[in-house]
Amino acid sequence: MAEQTEVVSKRPQMAVEIAGIKLKNPVMPASGTFGYGEEYAPYLDLNQLGAIVTKGLSLKPKAGNNTPRICETVSGMLNAIGLQNVGIDAFIADKMPFLQQIDAPVIVNFFGNTQEEYAEVAARLDDLPGVAGLEMNISCPNVKQGGIVFGTEARAAQDVVSLVRKRTDKPLIVKLSPNVTDIRVLARAVEDAGADAISLINTLTGMAVDVKTRKPRLANTIGGLSGPAIRPVAVRLVHQVVQAVKLPVIGIGGIARAIDALEFLIVGATAVQVGTANFVDPNAMQTVIDGLEEFCQNEGIADINELIGSLKQ
Amino acid sequence: MKNHKTIILSNQEIAPGYYRMRILAPEYQQLATPGQFVMFRVQHTFLPLLRRPFGIFRVGFMPADCDAMPEKEFIEIIYKVVGSGTEIMQELHQGDRIELLGPLGRGFETGDPAEEKILVGGGIGLVPLYMLAEKLVQTSKVRLLMGGRTRDDIITVTEFERLGVETYVSTEDGSLGEQGLVTSVLEQKLAAQPKAAVFACGPMPMIDAVQKICAGYSTSLQVSLEALMACGVGACLGCVVKGAGHSDAEPRYLCSCKQGPVFRAEQLDWSRLEQQDSVCGGCD
Repeated sequence: MAEQTEVVSKRPQMAVEIAGIKLKNPVMPASGTFGYGEEYAPYLDLNQLGAIVTKGLSLKPKAGNNTPRICETVSGMLNAIGLQNVGIDAFIADKMPFLQQIDAPVIVNFFGNTQEEYAEVAARLDDLPGVAGLEMNISCPNVKQGGIVFGTEARAAQDVVSLVRKRTDKPLIVKLSPNVTDIRVLARAVEDAGADAISLINTLTGMAVDVKTRKPRLANTIGGLSGPAIRPVAVRLVHQVVQAVKLPVIGIGGIARAIDALEFLIVGATAVQVGTANFVDPNAMQTVIDGLEEFCQNEGIADINELIGSLKQ
Repeated sequence: MKNHKTIILSNQEIAPGYYRMRILAPEYQQLATPGQFVMFRVQHTFLPLLRRPFGIFRVGFMPADCDAMPEKEFIEIIYKVVGSGTEIMQELHQGDRIELLGPLGRGFETGDPAEEKILVGGGIGLVPLYMLAEKLVQTSKVRLLMGGRTRDDIITVTEFERLGVETYVSTEDGSLGEQGLVTSVLEQKLAAQPKAAVFACGPMPMIDAVQKICAGYSTSLQVSLEALMACGVGACLGCVVKGAGHSDAEPRYLCSCKQGPVFRAEQLDWSRLEQQDSVCGGCD
């Protein structure tokens, strides 16, 4: 009995806080890999997640790209879904009631075709009960107007984030593209514009060719590369952004196991998102959460926050 | 729907390039319906990364053995070696550990028992039709029209015959059965008796031809579609097909994994379906 009490008391503190959002643990899904949460409810307990991040939302429903939309690559996959989503009205009516029952903060990812659309979606979400925070996608590589302009030019990024900032009091996370010359410039622009946190990376642009037909494997020709293949690139970019800004950072890119998440935390990410791994194993996030706790326990770390930014030279 | 960490019971080549794998699958007898599929995780590393979708050929159980072990429920899948995932699968043996997500998707509706049922299978597309046949023969007359490029692509037909299904085989090279396309056989059958229900699974050009023929005779049709997919649960949106009435302004995409893989013909936008990439496991 005494032994049991001792074991319980040794359980590490796993909670983190990002832009005022309290997370039970630092693990959440990456937008677009977890639907609206309900798709995965049969396979894992959503209440155990640090947060839920929804599929990217726009003002009007969006059709998305032609098929083929996905293609497997070496330890990764390319996708060009094209931001297909139900639009904000259907989201509020059909998806939000389910999410409101979950005991985990709900972060709604959104995008627009224009500055005004970004601002309007943000305003609509601002007074929606049960939305803990917003993640603003200025980095989708797969649609011409999906925000990539805003995500690759510092001035455009600053303008659109400033405008959105004026329309919402919710914690505002801005998701950055890795497909830029110097990500630190974008990160600083977003910080100056009033973002509360930064998440990165979105997918790396890529392409694959079917050598027999000599056609691109994706209908959209170019897509976004995700999965374990991109992790070292993502770790490097998170490291650079953490050095460049004061904002908290959410690390994303090829996380499938606890040791992958740990790399991001150690370089300074406060939380992480698990993306493509959800497709491979619907229980992937629970595995990461359990693994992080086990790591802390084994290493004698009482609070996971001790790990954040603990990189040694 | 569950992710089972389970084991392989057997894995045998049944025709050149075609394998039948039996996998321990608790609860599937109760849960799985004809036309459903599983997502098979080939190995625990990330190479290959994604699971592969496979139609369920049949479910069954092995009786309790002499060591008083309980009866073992299993499923069988049949796969053709086409890429990196299936190349690894063909090397797997009895006792190897794998993961199985399922049963997934919407299967076939059996419809009016009084109607004659015609199953049309092209090559590996035959797979999801067996479990359907098992169910249909209980109440209806069932015919199977099976087509392939050569005799090597004609698999498991005798097992359909054992169920009491009347079978017709055609091959493009004439190496087995009638020479020609399976769709010509369908045309003849429907010309003689258009009041039937047709169920089809196979390559996209075959599915498309079957639809045109059935539409011509106003015969009801359900098709099982193959699509590239990453998740199998409706999250990745990689496997969508265009639904009837689809337009860019009013998109009506249907997920093959969740709203399918079986669709009634009238649910789909056939004018755009031909462009659908139907190569399963074709990447990498």
